Amino acid sequence: MGEEFVRMSQVTKRFGSAPPALDAVSGSIQGGEITGLVGPDGAGKTTLIRLMTGLMLPDGGTIEVLGFNTRTQAARIQASIGYMPQRFGLYEDLSVRENLDLYADLRGLPLSERPAVFDELLTFTDLKRFAGRLAGKLSGGMKQKLGLACALLRKPRLLLLDEPGVGVDPISRRDLWTMVRDLTREGIGVVWSTAYLDEAEACDRILLLNQGKLLFSGTPPQLTERVEGRVFKLTGIEGRRRPILRKVLDDPGVLDGVIQGEAIRLVLGAAGGRDWNAAELAGPAARIKPAEPRFEDAFVDMLGGGPGGRSKLADAAALRVPDESHAVIEAKGLTKRFGDFVAARDITFAIPRGQIFGLLGPNGAGKSTTFKMLCGLLKPTEGEGRMAGFDLRRDTAAARNRLGYMAQKFSLYGDLSVAQNLAFFAGVYGLSGPHRRERIALMTEIFEFGPLLGMSARDLPLGLKQRLALACAVLHEPEALFLDEPTSGVDPITRREFWTHINGLVEKGVTVLVTTHFMDEAEYCDRISLIYRGRSIALGSPDELKASVAGPGTPDPTMEDAFIALVKNSEAAEAA
Amino acid sequence: MWHTRLKALIVKELLAILRDPRGRLILIGPPVVQLLVFSYAATLEVKNVDILVLDRDAGKWSQELVQRIDGAPTFRSISSAESLDALRARIDRQQAIAAVHIGPTFSRDIAAGRPADVQIILDGRRSNAAQIVAGYLNQIVNALAAELSAQRRAPARSIAVVPRNWFNPNLIFQWFMVPNLVAAVALLIGLVVTALSIARERELGTFDQLMVSPLRTHEILIGKIIPPMLIGAFHLTVYILAAVFVFGVPLRGSLLMLYGSGVFYLLSVVGVGLFISALSMTQQQAILGAFLFMVPAMLLSGFATPIENMPGWLQPVTLANPLRYFLAVVKGVFLKDLPFHEIARNTVPLAVIALVTLGAAAWLFRRRME
Repeated sequence: MGEEFVRMSQVTKRFGSAPPALDAVSGSIQGGEITGLVGPDGAGKTTLIRLMTGLMLPDGGTIEVLGFNTRTQAARIQASIGYMPQRFGLYEDLSVRENLDLYADLRGLPLSERPAVFDELLTFTDLKRFAGRLAGKLSGGMKQKLGLACALLRKPRLLLLDEPGVGVDPISRRDLWTMVRDLTREGIGVVWSTAYLDEAEACDRILLLNQGKLLFSGTPPQLTERVEGRVFKLTGIEGRRRPILRKVLDDPGVLDGVIQGEAIRLVLGAAGGRDWNAAELAGPAARIKPAEPRFEDAFVDMLGGGPGGRSKLADAAALRVPDESHAVIEAKGLTKRFGDFVAARDITFAIPRGQIFGLLGPNGAGKSTTFKMLCGLLKPTEGEGRMAGFDLRRDTAAARNRLGYMAQKFSLYGDLSVAQNLAFFAGVYGLSGPHRRERIALMTEIFEFGPLLGMSARDLPLGLKQRLALACAVLHEPEALFLDEPTSGVDPITRREFWTHINGLVEKGVTVLVTTHFMDEAEYCDRISLIYRGRSIALGSPDELKASVAGPGTPDPTMEDAFIALVKNSEAAEAA
Repeated sequence: MWHTRLKALIVKELLAILRDPRGRLILIGPPVVQLLVFSYAATLEVKNVDILVLDRDAGKWSQELVQRIDGAPTFRSISSAESLDALRARIDRQQAIAAVHIGPTFSRDIAAGRPADVQIILDGRRSNAAQIVAGYLNQIVNALAAELSAQRRAPARSIAVVPRNWFNPNLIFQWFMVPNLVAAVALLIGLVVTALSIARERELGTFDQLMVSPLRTHEILIGKIIPPMLIGAFHLTVYILAAVFVFGVPLRGSLLMLYGSGVFYLLSVVGVGLFISALSMTQQQAILGAFLFMVPAMLLSGFATPIENMPGWLQPVTLANPLRYFLAVVKGVFLKDLPFHEIARNTVPLAVIALVTLGAAAWLFRRRME
């Protein structure tokens, strides 16, 4: 165990009259370790990091960093830490080397030391080849690496990284992780904040935050210990797995259940669940096996378990007969060029009714471009996208009436109240008279908006914003749903609630196209297209993709392993 | 179907502006400030100026002249200078804008029936005000001269000029300024509100949401045009009411024709705003673009300086300026009951500008979608 670098006691921070962003958080951070600051968006991660830098002062409690109090000795702290904010202030119009020079000036790095330091950092971050390139022209992963290099110019004792993994492809993310791991060997203390629970699992020690409160502090195995022996995997399911998930979740003894490829992952409550007969539940080949507990299982357990399996929204939806032979959403050779740059090349797939199809890939890989071409926001350079037989760019309002759209940033009108948002989307989709009143009343009931109707959408907590966005997207009972990164950054309970609705709707025959860079979310899909550098490099069910890369080294690969292996294969094939 | 969609969009646009505290501020703040600043502070009249008198005559007629100057309401104070040097020093220090220098033989010359001279020294650094002061002083001196020749019962050699200011007999400055402001406020509000509308949605990410909805492009455009026009018409009305009831400007022409022309004016302004909005990616760019258009539009409209005074090559530029035409209409309707054909002559160009800008905005809007 290393030296204690940060000591926090009863740290509280408020902004305005909202509930405290941090509520009596106590804990410590050691040198020579990676400490994960884990929690969904809005949990207080960034606030805590900024308090550690001394850029902000707590309303209550104290923070000591490297023995200095942030209230009185902020300048001394700032001289010996490295801080990489979420959007590191790189100057996009300067080259990599000029950025380094600028930060070296700001940090007062003597000219004589620069060549050696720059050389070391550029080698370390593997950016040497790009030293002359403008920072604005770097990929997301390379930008993060450059940001890291700038934060390391004067070797800090404590390195604070605010969500370094956001917007970075899995390969760069692993590189970044390896680099940071190397730093800890030199005794540097690292704080790595993240909303991704798989990232958290790899940390030496974690502080788990939710809504400003510290839920847990300790090592990841200590956390997963609490669900030890309660995690199971139901495999070999015959037929559709979503109705089975629903049945299982309705058992009060089951705390949590999610779809994981062809299987269902279950967490039982402390009292244990019913004695399920796997064969009776899911067909003769079904088995229930104990599984290795994961971070997320424990997190959900800590939050009191996920929602039930029933979706009132789906119950209220009309049944559309699933039809495997007929594609609802279809991409035929979709290609999009912006000047010389090919954002998407020859992308082809078809989604039959009642399926969830995922476009998986890092930011900037072309999944958003593909998505936009399919829902009519972008015009393909070549090829065509069809929904229910219509070309959404050319066809009428009637065609667009059949799709529901929900974007990453919950594109609601923040200044409008909940009721006004619902009324607007009802109107835009042509609902009027009693039908409109019924639908709005139904959504209000299902999503429990009653007491919130007069509140501005902007002031809603993240989870409720997400519910409202979903309500607005399904008001007009669309046949197909287009979801763009629907649950990135939300807490696992809200994510489960969301997917319960989606799963229910899919069982009623709604077709779903979803983009995600979130490996866990990909597991919910029936089929996935892996998009990398504008091309679809693999297409299949999550289990098929994972199986395709299984080998002696990785008998049971995760989605991320599969992604990395497939990307490497495709790069090797391209080079050959 | 389409009217349900359009209504929803228009209601949303209005709510989005009115529920946003910053939006409300934009609707209330600048118009009030503009009304107060332009109608009270930015006056082109010359009032409250100080005059110096160097009376080296001290006779009957020079006393008479000084008293008349003293009696004029335009001048705040009259003080006498002892010497030419003192006079120079005080003009130099801007303690007075003008000095009246009466020579030692002034009264004697008049008594003898010889031409008498008065020198007026003006501060050329404030050329505009100085010119106006010179005009006032000339009037006073001429009036005295006219009376003198009448007293002598000599045949009047000079022709008395009696000016009458039609349409604004007392040359009340606010009669000129407030109708101007009616047109200017609609430009300000219409431009800013429209310019922000699409840019705001782009910035918040709600724009894609609109584009995937069944709303068609022309419906979105109409939905974006009508709310700023309603808001513009509201401000137009408030300013017209203020002009009539607060500033007492006479409304001599047809209100109906004023509004009729106003619709086309607002359309053309909203067209420019929409064009700027379609061009900008962020709200900041949109606001900057709006002001980039507005400032030259004000200067090239005849608002402060007559278009006829501008150089020949610049004058054609003003033909593309909607404010130019509507200024003529507003001032005409207020002060002189502008006839229908004159209003029509100024409204047709507005319709053309509206057609061009709205067409360009729609084109740009569609092209941005590629």
